[in-house]
Amino acid sequence: MCGIVGLYAKNPELRPRLGELVSPMLVELGDRGPDSAGIAFYRRPVAGGGSKITVHHVDPGYEWGSLRDAFAARCGADVEMEVRGSHATLASPLPPADVERWFGERHPELRVMSVGDTIELYKEKGLPVDVVDRFGFRDIDGSHALGHTRMATESAVTTEHSHPFSTGLDLCLVHNGSLSNHNRLRRNLRREGIAFQTDNDTEVAAGYLTWRLREGDSLDEALEAANDDLDGFYTFAVATRDGFAVLRDPIACKPAVLAETEDWVAMGSEFRAIAPLPGADRAEIWEPTPGRVYHWGGATT
Amino acid sequence: MSNLPEPVDFDLAGGDRRSLNRSLHALAGDGAGARWNIRNPGGRHALCVGMAAEAELAIHGHVGYYCAGMNRSANIVIHGNAGPGVAENMMSGSVRVKGNASQSAGASGRGGLLVIEGNASARCGISMKGIDIVVAGSVGHMSAFMAQAGHLVVCGEAGADLGDSIYEAVLYVRGPVASLGADCVEKEMTDAHRERVGGLLAAAGVEADPGSFRRYGSARRLYNFNVDRADEY
Repeated sequence: MCGIVGLYAKNPELRPRLGELVSPMLVELGDRGPDSAGIAFYRRPVAGGGSKITVHHVDPGYEWGSLRDAFAARCGADVEMEVRGSHATLASPLPPADVERWFGERHPELRVMSVGDTIELYKEKGLPVDVVDRFGFRDIDGSHALGHTRMATESAVTTEHSHPFSTGLDLCLVHNGSLSNHNRLRRNLRREGIAFQTDNDTEVAAGYLTWRLREGDSLDEALEAANDDLDGFYTFAVATRDGFAVLRDPIACKPAVLAETEDWVAMGSEFRAIAPLPGADRAEIWEPTPGRVYHWGGATT
Repeated sequence: MSNLPEPVDFDLAGGDRRSLNRSLHALAGDGAGARWNIRNPGGRHALCVGMAAEAELAIHGHVGYYCAGMNRSANIVIHGNAGPGVAENMMSGSVRVKGNASQSAGASGRGGLLVIEGNASARCGISMKGIDIVVAGSVGHMSAFMAQAGHLVVCGEAGADLGDSIYEAVLYVRGPVASLGADCVEKEMTDAHRERVGGLLAAAGVEADPGSFRRYGSARRLYNFNVDRADEY
């Protein structure tokens, strides 16, 4: 099982309501994935070469305030921080590589969920409806969002095994399905210098895309290569700074529905996730052809 | 004056799917001629499954998985798209999808008529056992996989591996076939076959020239294991 939802606001007037619109989509697919849930939001880009990082700590009493102060001292500037549940997103004028290095060296107790200038990624174990409330997803604005509800088949039910998985700066991946050659691929990718946090199969797909993109592939090329190298069942959705892309494996056992109106583009594992969106009854609706890469909003980089 | 009963309106936006299905099951016996309009299906699953009355059901909107499964006698029209497994295991009656159908439409159906006015995706008519399926558009890959009996009429194109491991179902396709599956071959179209296609198209209310279809069916080489043909399996 597992459920995937994606929403891209073509009409800028919908952007303040992005979280309000995408949250019911995630909750609707709660029965496809009651183990954990997460959403990557793309919002409020940091200007001028600065970056955002989302980090997670299991301790609800974690001293986020002192983290911000220490990070601000490192930056020599103000740091904007938003704490949501067990996660915090910190925006600073520092470039991504410096931010990753500082957190890696100074705060190994924190798990890095995403880095970029636009992405914020929140995910956690628990029923999707509870996860939505814990993070306050309904209040988040943004241009687009990609979410996932997980019914675990391949590996443990934990926050770090949840989707979306970060695949590089401002990139993330969600997956419905299971991969059968992930152990060998993980070994090969480790030799290429790709780091893995878990034994999860989707994290290998994310690592695979990170590697291909690092080697100079476009997102389309990387996904097409995934068609050849990943063995198993999948509907993948990848979000980028500008939009998202969708790919189903050629056998296509896993469902996917795409819908588009003048105001938005939406993706769901099932139509019922899309049904509550304004104007869904008049949307153009289709099922993505297996083995073909679809993308919106310039998600081709 | 008409003797037809007044149509019943059921709104799923404020109603519960199980209560809808229970009410429809209660029509079995003396519910013949009942007419129902079902509104705001919202992509929900298993709507109108297990019908056992000659009722006329109209669903206004898109439905999710397994709509109209196991249908017996009822005539069900879906004014929208259908999710996976529409009309699976249908016994008799008819199901019409005004939009597109997702994968496994009409799976393992034993009788009745399934009409898809748009396209059907992968595995349309998988393991069909006597149902007749007419698709005005195209069908996806692996359609009529292990199809045992009945007819599949496709006015558009067929995806890869049509009729893989087919038994005695008969496939009529007007457009190009991406590839035939194992043991599926093209066969001669005779007048009797054209008449059969014409009858199915008429029953489905789909306009197409019966003379423009090609026929596919089983080469009957996979029925029994034959060690001399081991390479072909």
